[in-house]
Amino acid sequence: MSAVLGRIIEVNGPIVTVFLPQVTVGEQVRVGELALVGEVIGRDGGRAVVQVYESTESLAPGQSAVPLGHPLAAELGPGLLGNIFDGLQRPLTEILKQSGDRIARGLTVASLDRTRLWHFEPAPGLGIGSTIAGGTVIGAVSETETVMHRILVPPDVNGELMNLAPAGEYGVEQVIAQVRSRDGTQHPLRLYHRWPVRKARPYGRRDQAGVPLITGQRVLDTFFPLLKGGRAAVPGAFGAGKTMVQQQIARWSNAGIMIYLGCGERGNELVEILETFPQLTDPYTGRLLMERTLLVANTSNMPVVAREASIYMGVTLAEYYRDQGYDVVMVADSISRWAEALREVAGRLEQMPVEEGHPAYLASRLSAFYERAGRVQTLAGGYGSVSLIGAVSPPGGDFSEPVTSHTKEIVQAFWALSKELADARHYPAIDWTESYSGYVDAAAGWWAKNVDPRWSAHRTEALGLLLQSDELARIVNLVGPEALSPAQRWVLEAAALLKEGLLQQSALDDVDSFCSPERQFALLDLLLDLYHQGRDLLGKGVPVQRLLQLPVLGRARRAKSVYSNGQVDGLKVFAAEMRDAFQPLSLEYARSREGSA
Amino acid sequence: MRGEEYRLGSALRGGLLFVRGVPGVALGDRVVVRDHAGHTRNGQVIRTSEEVVLVQVLEGTDGLDLERTWTRFLEQPFEIALSQELMGRIFNGVGRPRDDRPPLVSSIRRNVNGSPMNPAARTRPREFIQTGISTIDGLYSLVRGQKLPIFSGPGLPHNRLAAQIVRQSRIIGEQTRFAVVFAAMGVSYADAHFFQDDFERDGVLGNVVMYINLADDPPIERLILPRTALTAAEYLAYDLGMHVMVILTDITNYAEALREVAMARGDVPARKGYPGYLYSDLAEIFERAGRIRSRSGSITMVPVLSMPSDDITHPIPDLTGYITEGQIVLSRELHNQGVYPPVDLLPSLSRVMKDGIGAGETREDHPRVANQIYASYARAIEVRNLASIIGTEDLSETDRRYLEFARSIETQFVTQGENEDRSIIDTLTLAWQLLSLLPPGELGRVREADLVKYHRQKQAAEAP
Repeated sequence: MSAVLGRIIEVNGPIVTVFLPQVTVGEQVRVGELALVGEVIGRDGGRAVVQVYESTESLAPGQSAVPLGHPLAAELGPGLLGNIFDGLQRPLTEILKQSGDRIARGLTVASLDRTRLWHFEPAPGLGIGSTIAGGTVIGAVSETETVMHRILVPPDVNGELMNLAPAGEYGVEQVIAQVRSRDGTQHPLRLYHRWPVRKARPYGRRDQAGVPLITGQRVLDTFFPLLKGGRAAVPGAFGAGKTMVQQQIARWSNAGIMIYLGCGERGNELVEILETFPQLTDPYTGRLLMERTLLVANTSNMPVVAREASIYMGVTLAEYYRDQGYDVVMVADSISRWAEALREVAGRLEQMPVEEGHPAYLASRLSAFYERAGRVQTLAGGYGSVSLIGAVSPPGGDFSEPVTSHTKEIVQAFWALSKELADARHYPAIDWTESYSGYVDAAAGWWAKNVDPRWSAHRTEALGLLLQSDELARIVNLVGPEALSPAQRWVLEAAALLKEGLLQQSALDDVDSFCSPERQFALLDLLLDLYHQGRDLLGKGVPVQRLLQLPVLGRARRAKSVYSNGQVDGLKVFAAEMRDAFQPLSLEYARSREGSA
Repeated sequence: MRGEEYRLGSALRGGLLFVRGVPGVALGDRVVVRDHAGHTRNGQVIRTSEEVVLVQVLEGTDGLDLERTWTRFLEQPFEIALSQELMGRIFNGVGRPRDDRPPLVSSIRRNVNGSPMNPAARTRPREFIQTGISTIDGLYSLVRGQKLPIFSGPGLPHNRLAAQIVRQSRIIGEQTRFAVVFAAMGVSYADAHFFQDDFERDGVLGNVVMYINLADDPPIERLILPRTALTAAEYLAYDLGMHVMVILTDITNYAEALREVAMARGDVPARKGYPGYLYSDLAEIFERAGRIRSRSGSITMVPVLSMPSDDITHPIPDLTGYITEGQIVLSRELHNQGVYPPVDLLPSLSRVMKDGIGAGETREDHPRVANQIYASYARAIEVRNLASIIGTEDLSETDRRYLEFARSIETQFVTQGENEDRSIIDTLTLAWQLLSLLPPGELGRVREADLVKYHRQKQAAEAP
């Protein structure tokens, strides 16, 4: 196949038309003197339309085009974690060594380090003659201190195990097993295999079981939970704090593997992760966060076609760890930039635009991508999940634009960021009126069993107070606070307490950046208790002004930064003190009532 | 092919020249177009096929015909010459002198499109730049390597503010000043000269390189101008180790030129007629700011952008805001009240300031003071809105203090002279003086210890 030589006919931005009969759609092609790689996205007679992953400057008609015989594929094996790759899975640190501060064109860099040796332990119970199917675990290497990397038989290989290497040190290219399939073909297996990124990896079956993903962010976990294997979107105008929310999730989620995909965003944001993550410890394992994290980065100034490919690269890596039995979370910042890459290519192909220049297939591509999320029974029989959390950057903060509105139809958890909240420095600026989660019922079971049976009722009451206070605030804005009844003013105060004492959570606060589920509930319980106590006192005739002046309110607001995750008991002691603080008022008014009666 | 001239133009449209029958022309190559009078123009190949080559003529296609126009393909990308002699010079968008001095000669030539910086090569911007302007230093600090645009509107003093930033910016404890690359796209003669005079008066002209395209110069040249200017900035920063401040004005003119060419090419429009690649195109420019771990220099960028109809959701400010690390927004309302610089505190933001302020950089209480001023001012604006409905009589005592606080912030903190250079310590002192108008109980974003140390109410109470 590679003997076939074609030539360039036209160069139009990243789209290169070549004369290359017999090439397959999806196949990779090298074009021009710099041998830039691209993939075929269409055929027309003897011509093929190629989208090229790198800048096409200096390409000229007449230069060569060579088909490579395979589609864009990921190398799946040990050495992925802790690394930063571009959208084509080229390690950026290796590119740095080869081409300096700037990314040169036409570089060929292996995704996985070929020189590094890994200690391989064959799976017990496997021997010569064992029947092997796709997805079977044939052994493991310790990829990092926390992550055991299971070596999988490629999904499309099965047969009889002819040979399995003993425990020892191996490079990724060394053959560690031989499988003979029924038709007699020999398949040498290595520590890694390739998988085409645009094709979802197979699994046994879908699994519905619901365990919430704990992000340590109260507004998410308590109010709009996401399940492991779920789909969520974070839409927000610029400056609403989208990236911060995504980074917090990447830091604190109780995922086995975290993939952070920087898709068409700022270079400095990835640098921030690269510079801060190695110093952060995982609250669940106490180990370094970087040991379970990998980054895929195609920043906004990098070529746009590789950006389009990068989300598929990311999700393929996620599926691979899912197939090893891990709960994987991929945070993609931002899906809008991927959609723009798609739009740019569509525009160059002169395809008919439908909404705001986006092609008609935007919605179907988007839903096909999100469909790769899910909790599954793997081919090996274990369970694993991929959760997808996509940031959306709606133009002008307008949620009715195509990418946001299509995303809304697909995801189950919608974490809407509000510019108004961000302007009020209410972070994370997740709007409780616009956000929703379809996973609340499933999550409630977990919370009831593992934290507190009152979770669901508490959550509903707190959300109710917040919504009620939004209504009341509108009245206040029109006629001032005096128009409200004491009970209504107390609702306003309770909502303010919930906002400051619960919903607001500073990423920069060491005590509060991550909040354990137990502490989340304890804070919620504390604030609702405070509201109930006050409401009872109002009923006894205590003026609302007296309540608003209680110093305990200020302490309740700050409790989140005072009591750490290890001091939930301290919070409960504080709750008791708070009740004591209400006691004198209660007695005073009980007495005065008796006096007047 | 090189050196040969072709008279094979087949169409002229919106700054584009279509040339038929010249095979093998590479994308991005430089082109020289010679008109019937013998004058040459610069062009660049923006689309190429076996049949037709599309040339973008940077000086525009006015006055060209098809019959007597000759085209020469230079078989080289768009490069400019670079040397230390850049400093103090004035060029146009393609790097030709505008100052009646000879062209720059150098063996160092670089492609103006640059190539993408490897994210793994970057390091985070973190050194605080003191601009001497309270709103910026105190609330939206600029750090070395940041890209922080000024979102303005027609008639607002964005140029004066940009010039003041250039004049006053320094790193505390460092003697060297910033080298300045000034890129003007489609600005008026008056505006361009305002900057030139300002640099001259300040005696820094020798430290400045200017790239100028005036409002009556060809719009297509605006597409290449910021790339030329940034190529020079990168040379100064990463080859010569200088700290460079780049002023780009006005991004709106740039985006309009991009739209003009996109339309002529027949690109599919996305929003308000701007092409779908406006985001990526702007990112190619803005992302050239930053710091590289292995180099000593840096590029700090202050783009100026006028929001059409003062609309921050217009595609140009909107997409810019998604790329840059914050924005300084100017307010027409404050400007009309005579406030200079009329910085609108609520929508302004600096994303990377947290790495450049606080203990060891500015002062330990700085992050909390910034947070508190912002929060209290936001609250004060709510009170002001309420007062405009129910009147001030019905306000509580605390609310009336908020009104006074808002006014004082605007007239004392935001307002300052165009030549007034406040140190960060002066700015923080002023901030505390104004915060002291509010009772300590209202200041929830600062610590108890800050209040003890800086809040003035105690002294006021002790005074006779």
